[in-house]
Amino acid sequence: MLYAFKIAARYLTASKAQTALLVAGVAVGVFIFIFMSALIGGLAEFILSRTVGDISHITIEAENSDPALLIAPVPDGAGHLLFVTERGGARTATLADAPTWVPLIEAVPGVRAVSPQITGAGFVTRGAQVRQVGVTGVEPGRESVILNLDGYMVAGSARLGSGLIVLGRDLADDLDLTLGQTLRLQSTNGVTATLTLSGIFKTGNGAIDGARAFVSLSTARTLFAMPQGVTRIEIKLADLNAADATALRIRALTGLDAVPWTDGAEQLMEALDAQAQTGYFLKTFALITIVIGVASALLLSTYRRRPEIGIMRAMGAGRGFVIFVFVTQGALIGVMGGVTGATLGYLALLPFPARDAFKAGTLPLDITQGSYGLAITLTVIGAILASILPARSAARVDPVTAIGQ
Amino acid sequence: MSALLEVRDLVKTFGSGEAATRVLRGLSLTLEAGEMAALLGPSGSGKSTLLTILGTLMKPTSGSYAMLGQDLIAADDKALTTFRNLHIGFVFQFHNLLPDFTALENVIFPTAVRMGRETPAARARGRDLLVRMGLEARINFPSANLSGGQKQRVAVARALMNAPELVLADEPTGNLDRASAMQVMDLIGQINRDEGTTFLISTHDEKIAGLCRRQIVVGDGVVTG
Ligand SMILES: Nc1ncnc2c1ncn2[C@@H]1O[C@H](COP(=O)(O)OP(=O)(O)OP(=O)(O)O)[C@@H](O)[C@H]1O
Ligand SMILES: [Mg+2]
Repeated sequence: MLYAFKIAARYLTASKAQTALLVAGVAVGVFIFIFMSALIGGLAEFILSRTVGDISHITIEAENSDPALLIAPVPDGAGHLLFVTERGGARTATLADAPTWVPLIEAVPGVRAVSPQITGAGFVTRGAQVRQVGVTGVEPGRESVILNLDGYMVAGSARLGSGLIVLGRDLADDLDLTLGQTLRLQSTNGVTATLTLSGIFKTGNGAIDGARAFVSLSTARTLFAMPQGVTRIEIKLADLNAADATALRIRALTGLDAVPWTDGAEQLMEALDAQAQTGYFLKTFALITIVIGVASALLLSTYRRRPEIGIMRAMGAGRGFVIFVFVTQGALIGVMGGVTGATLGYLALLPFPARDAFKAGTLPLDITQGSYGLAITLTVIGAILASILPARSAARVDPVTAIGQ
Repeated sequence: MSALLEVRDLVKTFGSGEAATRVLRGLSLTLEAGEMAALLGPSGSGKSTLLTILGTLMKPTSGSYAMLGQDLIAADDKALTTFRNLHIGFVFQFHNLLPDFTALENVIFPTAVRMGRETPAARARGRDLLVRMGLEARINFPSANLSGGQKQRVAVARALMNAPELVLADEPTGNLDRASAMQVMDLIGQINRDEGTTFLISTHDEKIAGLCRRQIVVGDGVVTG
């Protein structure tokens, strides 16, 4: 129906101001749609990266198979309860095969990085000052694959090696430590090492900045008397949302208890869900506005063009032709408004920082989550649906009364 | 000459009950192929109503209508649309042209709407018709900017586009001054002579009616002369 298309296009170009206004109205709706998509998507991204960006997406921990200790309440002054537990054999045994598992896990699709670690607790001593720290032993070269240590360095380097330690700034300040100075680290196993402070980081998270120390995996082996195996394997994924499925795969592959980050994160997921719902709600309203706008404008146009419709019908244009002319107008308005709105949306989002550079205080608008294609498609469909009512009323125009002889 | 169309006992009633108006009361009429007839009668006598029924834009309340051997009472909207497109041309008094289209685009509409596009052959015929109407200088003129007489000549050209057997003209010169009216009637007369197209022209103007070879007078819902 090339000819109906020509007539539709002519009708739109004939009243340029009216068409421009209509297209602008649709474009605003599309703009809002895209802006909301980018904002909701960006916010989710921002919140996720803030909360889980720096943590492991899937974690495998050595299972502690020690029997649970039931300790009866000890009355005050009744003496001390001393107990010694041997490190559970299963704990080391489970992840003793880490060197075998790591390459296997690395080969699982969607896995971006794997970091075998030895974690424990200890005390940092400098002079008379003592601070309790959580110690993480990481393989040199993998310091930044889970927590982006490299990105948080404020002094020195994140690179770990034998005899080196990297501390958070709060802890370093507490102990009056500067780069290159030495300190003593005593593990809960009673092993003491003298280490050189080779890097200071600041993540903004007080628990990490004030109480965490990073050493190389081999240093940790000595500190925790663990000649082989690891206590923990942390896994980073390309897609946060794939954690559940990937954890299942890893579990099936290795038989290890791989725990996705979503375990215990129900509240966060609910909040994100609610946020997404709000987004859908607003986007639906934007679409409804588009539909109402297009429908009313076209209805007005069919009324104004009643005599012409009558003439066309008298000249042998069928009802289908008339319907096609008006639906095509709706579709053209949808395409023009959709593309204009999407372009404006894209241009408006350009100045905002990319998702990796989201900063607190600015809107976390993610230009890659604008849903441009979806916005245009839904707009065109909406505009076509909106034009059906006017088109049908146009097709029902009675030529005799319309020509008004 | 053979009968182009025949209507028998046409009745047309508008409305119902007390407000019912019986406009046509058993009107019968035969038009021969190649006729040029004027349709006369006082205002409100039903001239436009008759032309609308003959043009298949409205159905009578009762009566029969056959044209070119086809029963046009029984036909559905789709069949009538095609029939109109091929066999009937219209010239109205007002609201004749599509204002957002050029003279040529208006003229070729009846062909283009059937073919689904504007063919070169249609354009050539449209140009020829406009030249014959003395409008070679206005071929690509926006029709909204044409004078009243020019608009009516474009409308005549369009009515002839698909070379229909019948052209129905409802007061085609009603809005025109004497000179323009005569020019339009001259052109209609030429086409009628050269191509044998049948014309039925309603008018209040005795002079215009005098240019036609036959005068049909409507009164009281029937043909009175
Ligand atoms: N749709 C309609 N509903 C009700 N009455 C109608 C309708 N159309 C026409 N009429 C009536 O039918 C009668 C004939 O009208 P019509 O337009 O056919 O007359 P006409 O002969 O063309 O008059 P004129 O010379 O003024 O154009 C008039 O009384 C008119 O009011
Ligand atoms: Mg009339």
